[in-house]
Amino acid sequence: MPERITRAEVEHVARLARLALREDEIESLTSQLGSILDHVAQVSALDTRDVPPTAHPLPLVNVLRPDVVRPTLPRDEVLAAAPDAEDGRFRVPRILGEAP
Amino acid sequence: MTAVEIAADVRAGRRSARDVLEQHLAAIDARESEIHAFNLVLADEARAAADAIDASDDKGPLAGVPIAIKDNMCTRGIPTTCSSRILEGWKPPYDATVVQRLHEAGGVIVGKTNLDEFAMGSSTENSAFGPTRNPHDPTRVPGGSSGGSSAAVAAGFAPVALGSETGGSVRQPASLCGVVGVKPTYGLVSRYGLVAFASSLDQIGPLGTDVRDCALLLEIVGGHDVLDSTSIPAAVPPLLDGLDDSVAGLGIGVIEEMTDRDGVEPAVRDAVRAAAAALEAAGAHVAPVSVPSSEYGISAYYLIAPAEASSNLARYDGVRYGLRVDGDDVAAMNARTRDAGFGDEVKRRIMLGTYALSAGYYDAYYGQAQRVRTLIIRDFERAYQQFDVLLAPTSPTVAFEIGAKTNDPWAMYLCDVCTVPVNLTGHAAISVPYGTGDFGLPVGVQVLAPPLGEPVMFRVARAIEERAPRAG
Repeated sequence: MPERITRAEVEHVARLARLALREDEIESLTSQLGSILDHVAQVSALDTRDVPPTAHPLPLVNVLRPDVVRPTLPRDEVLAAAPDAEDGRFRVPRILGEAP
Repeated sequence: MTAVEIAADVRAGRRSARDVLEQHLAAIDARESEIHAFNLVLADEARAAADAIDASDDKGPLAGVPIAIKDNMCTRGIPTTCSSRILEGWKPPYDATVVQRLHEAGGVIVGKTNLDEFAMGSSTENSAFGPTRNPHDPTRVPGGSSGGSSAAVAAGFAPVALGSETGGSVRQPASLCGVVGVKPTYGLVSRYGLVAFASSLDQIGPLGTDVRDCALLLEIVGGHDVLDSTSIPAAVPPLLDGLDDSVAGLGIGVIEEMTDRDGVEPAVRDAVRAAAAALEAAGAHVAPVSVPSSEYGISAYYLIAPAEASSNLARYDGVRYGLRVDGDDVAAMNARTRDAGFGDEVKRRIMLGTYALSAGYYDAYYGQAQRVRTLIIRDFERAYQQFDVLLAPTSPTVAFEIGAKTNDPWAMYLCDVCTVPVNLTGHAAISVPYGTGDFGLPVGVQVLAPPLGEPVMFRVARAIEERAPRAG
């Protein structure tokens, strides 16, 4: 099993998960995740050579619907629930480093 | 009154749906401020629905039955919060399939019930809107995450409710609140409009005061839905027909690893043994059975469920719905919104899941958990070659005090130790009240069944219910 999770790894994972954690959250998560991972690492005790993984309990594959046009959600209602919208689109802050 | 009795009376014109509703709204008025089962009580909408049923000639199989809905199922134009700040105030533009089916059947939705935020928890203490309390002892938790739905049924706010399960979130609170709770076979109930937590595990299930009401509700909400590609392409097998048939001749295995494990209270173990003895006296063949890999269920679950959750909850990014906290660019806005909007347990699981999926750890954690999942499925399949159904405790303990486990995440996770294996296998299970344990609090016994084994599972559950000691 891997080494115990470090504070630097917690900060890295928080960036991957898009969570702007506070200092005290990083602190407590480092110790809590370490302790939880110690428990869940129990799964490594089982010999699973030649055992295929289960991603999903149902053997359904390639579920397709008929190629028929159906109504979708009304755009105005959907946009009305957004924090910000403009011209029929979701409005967000700038994405790249261009001038606003 | 049960849902079956209410529907029969309303259809026959012996009682009006409005009268039934007012009685339940009065029960809510009397005790909701103490219990906090609901995030939102829909009194006006429910009155309009009840009046429409009374005026209708075609009243439906759930005519006038008040129903409480867990607040992670979408209701058109009505706030759906998942008990999270990140969705506070959001009004879905559509109904979940289960909600639509309840309306069509004549059901009357009385409110949206509290839950652990995004259904992550076993006590309903992780709600942004405060905990729900157990109607049997308001100093104790109702279990979770469907604690609001369970408490609503136990307190008489509604005869039946819908909850959802990812790792036991219907059965465990049902056990702690002294009601019946069902986790149907994966794919039997449409999840269209159920806010996703862990998609290979999530399933909607009924709660009620008795087994028959849960069977009725499952017959109505279950069955294929084209809007859910993971929905089993079949109808629900008949559950009410044959419910009272004898259990004589059935093979029933008592799962040793769950019944005898450390941490199971003696009174809980005794309840499982007593239920097994009662079934044996009714003519069933009862024997112990070993499902060795189920021991690893809780560890596999707390890798798989957080991994899937970290992916599903990526959608809460401050763009399309709910909360936004501004930032200089999109990435900063995303990260600040998510830190402000999610509670501690949700962040813990997103972090755990993101870590388990990250480069270098994927195979040791997530990949290994998926292979253990296969071993657990194989062990249960072996057990079902010998037995029709299996018995086990639902919760290792009776309801615990509010605050008792909030500082120890792993202790809280162990509440699910007897329930998560069924979510990993995708099979069916039901929790039935069986007498009382410590402090006179309700105890639940679990009946487990193979995929689509609901008819025999409900029949055995009904036999246990008939023979159960009356709770105090």
